[in-house]
Amino acid sequence: MMGFELVRRAAPSRRMQVLAPLQAVLLTLMAGLGLFALLGQNPMHAFHEFFIAPLSTANGVSELLLKASPLCLIGLGLAIAYRANVWNIGAEGQMYMGGVFATGLAIHFQESWGAFLLPAMIVAGMAGGMLWASLTALCRARFHASEILVSLMLTYVANLVVKYLVFGPWQDPQANNFPLTVEFQDNALFPLLAALGWEWFEGTRLNLSIVITLVAIPLAWFFCQRTFAGFQLAVAGVAPAAARYAGFSASRAIWMAMLASGGAAGLAGVSEVAGPIGQLNDRWTPEYGFTAIIVATLARLNPLAVPVAALLMALLYLGGESVQIGLQLPKSISQVFQGLLLMFLLGSEVLVRFRLRRRHPTAHAAPSASVSVATAAGEKAA
Amino acid sequence: MTPPLLRLAGITKSYATVQALAGVDLDVRAGEIHAVLGENGAGKSTLMKSIFGAVQPDGGVIEWEGRPITIASPVAARSCGIAMVFQHFALFESMTVVENVALALGERSSLSVLASRLTEVSSRYGLAINPGQSVHRLSVGERQRVEIVRCLLQSPRLLIMDEPTSVLTPQAIDQLFETLRRLAAEGTAILYVSHKLDEIRRLCDRATIIRQGRVVGTADPRQETASRLAELMIGHSFPQTERRAKREGAIALEVAGLDVPADGPFGTALRDISFRVRAGEVLGIAGISGNGQSELLAALLGSTASAAHSVMLGDRPVGALGAAARRGLGLALVPEERLGVGAVPEMSLAQNALLTAYGQGLVQRGVVAMKRTWAYAERCIADYSVRASGAGAPAASLSGGNLQKFIVAREIAQGPRVLVLAQPTWGVDVAATAFIRQRVIDLAANGVAVLVISDDLAEILEICDRVAVLASGRLSPERDVHATHAAEIGRWMAGVFIDAEVVAA
Repeated sequence: MMGFELVRRAAPSRRMQVLAPLQAVLLTLMAGLGLFALLGQNPMHAFHEFFIAPLSTANGVSELLLKASPLCLIGLGLAIAYRANVWNIGAEGQMYMGGVFATGLAIHFQESWGAFLLPAMIVAGMAGGMLWASLTALCRARFHASEILVSLMLTYVANLVVKYLVFGPWQDPQANNFPLTVEFQDNALFPLLAALGWEWFEGTRLNLSIVITLVAIPLAWFFCQRTFAGFQLAVAGVAPAAARYAGFSASRAIWMAMLASGGAAGLAGVSEVAGPIGQLNDRWTPEYGFTAIIVATLARLNPLAVPVAALLMALLYLGGESVQIGLQLPKSISQVFQGLLLMFLLGSEVLVRFRLRRRHPTAHAAPSASVSVATAAGEKAA
Repeated sequence: MTPPLLRLAGITKSYATVQALAGVDLDVRAGEIHAVLGENGAGKSTLMKSIFGAVQPDGGVIEWEGRPITIASPVAARSCGIAMVFQHFALFESMTVVENVALALGERSSLSVLASRLTEVSSRYGLAINPGQSVHRLSVGERQRVEIVRCLLQSPRLLIMDEPTSVLTPQAIDQLFETLRRLAAEGTAILYVSHKLDEIRRLCDRATIIRQGRVVGTADPRQETASRLAELMIGHSFPQTERRAKREGAIALEVAGLDVPADGPFGTALRDISFRVRAGEVLGIAGISGNGQSELLAALLGSTASAAHSVMLGDRPVGALGAAARRGLGLALVPEERLGVGAVPEMSLAQNALLTAYGQGLVQRGVVAMKRTWAYAERCIADYSVRASGAGAPAASLSGGNLQKFIVAREIAQGPRVLVLAQPTWGVDVAATAFIRQRVIDLAANGVAVLVISDDLAEILEICDRVAVLASGRLSPERDVHATHAAEIGRWMAGVFIDAEVVAA
């Protein structure tokens, strides 16, 4: 019988490392065409509505950047952590805590701190994210707990902390019992780009927090590619035994990975509460912390590719809203697209290390034997 | 005339970048012990895997008892009666020894019956293994024993042995050779892949010599000298190592009363290990891996901490220090495993230079000095004639011998006061082996204290000044290499000195 089999490549294919994400995007788009057809829409029209319409106005572009910016920031942090084989799944919770810490300053020191308030909030937000991440780092480094489980579970704890605060001590007395804080005043908000004289962004919500992201991109690249600490993390990630041999501390790698990703997520939290939200409420995030996991994976943990992946994921959010308004399709379609993308990505990833080969039509010396066993043994031997 | 048991004609095999086999002819008769001799990378392993069905050749004919066949898979090979002991072991780590054997045999007999057969065969051939142990706990040497016994269980008609003796004591090698001769006398054909010329001359009836994927000659190894075979194998004559006159200096490495717990339920605890290495001398620690070698190496490296004064570098107690701190005090170390420990496979040679040589000015204020790192790697490549496309080549793209040369170069270029080498030439080709051994001897002559941990007795006797044996976690008395002989060391490898000590006490 004819068939195909996967054959391990001698070395990971550099070409496929670039092509795999592109292939995943292409397959996602094709599946999307089918999906729209199934939903009874003209696929090309729906496609236009999903991917093109959101970008046809200045407001659309600014909304795209507004969503891509925190995704990118968190994605950069996660890329650093994942390179070290530290699987921080709890960026969402670390982002909450960034928002909480920044909000604490914003609502208590609006009057007294003046122009220093926003910079202090940025620092506090980053510290909040790092603090939350350090709980996971402690459990992993000290007690060998799985950072995947700990960081994920702490996300739900962080969510409850937010709920407690906005239903309780930090609730705005004038909010008619809605779970939200007072709205931040101007000195606790990132200035809008429009207000700074960028006329093209007149009337949009895009603010100065995007500068943090723009600075973070080259910084993350430099850390990964040029610093010794970044090198040590990478070695710990791909060859832990080599890291032990070289004398690189494993617990230091865990701490660095968690603090970098937690800090980035905390910053993203600040940029949301002191940006488009302008206050803290109990459901202010469209799960950027989880989506950023896809961003980091899609970018193959390359800091320079993270912004591209973040823009793409942001477009999926906007596209979902756009088809909801324009075609009355459910908004959750953007989550279907996210899921499709991640699935195709993981599938394409296999081709980096393996290649597809047509199986030889062979006359067996033995009765057609179990090929899976044969391949497994051959591969281990190779 | 009966056809040969196995005949190969014009076998070719290409991989993405290299032609591994360029038309190989070979015939093997029932009852003969046939050596396939060649350097690492010559294509021996690919050829053997083609016979065993683990690799499909691109062209050529394979005949089994005169009939052309296609060996589609190792399962098909086994059903013909071909068994193979791989150089790199094809064992499933998470399973026990007996489960692995059951999986390979594909028989429907109970594990307990199989376990008793295993014990019987392993004791008959002097290859002690415990059927109930998990494979991931086994040392390299023990894994190979499992492979050998697994093949013998199948009563094969053709047995392929890929470098089987590197982890055996001299006595066990004698025993294995006896077994192989008995198997041959019973009519089993044996393909014996090796580059250990003395063994081949002792054991084999015929030798086919392979170089760069081609057969360059056949010979009767008993009629040829070792150096003639070596020349055929590497294409030119190779230098013998020569010892240099040396002055011994101060004690550079001292281990005193070192106790280390086993690094797992099946590891070997070290008990009361003491030795000294002076500047300018080479101390060899012989013994079969799995007898505490990995524990000793970890205690020297610093990945396991011990009492501060149990390990001294010069007059500094370092037992409690980590690996980076010890490296800073002049310790360099070449580990047993190259890919994944000594080098990161997917990283470039430049990055792999950075792995341990970061203290040589390659990092400035936390930032990697790219040019210097690159230059450091290029210098290692040039000084040790490492065959690689450059400092940007991934470590995994190098052959075992070339990667080992690079790692040794990287460690020596750091100007260490103490150099520890574990299995420095395991799986390394003849030319690279001679080169590395000479560099080690030269290094000692220049006043560096060198410790060699190896299970290759010939190697120990060739490059060391003194030798001790590590067996069951205990260190034997030391001997000057000129005042001892293989038989005594071999007895110690089997742990005989421990009883002697007890009697003496």
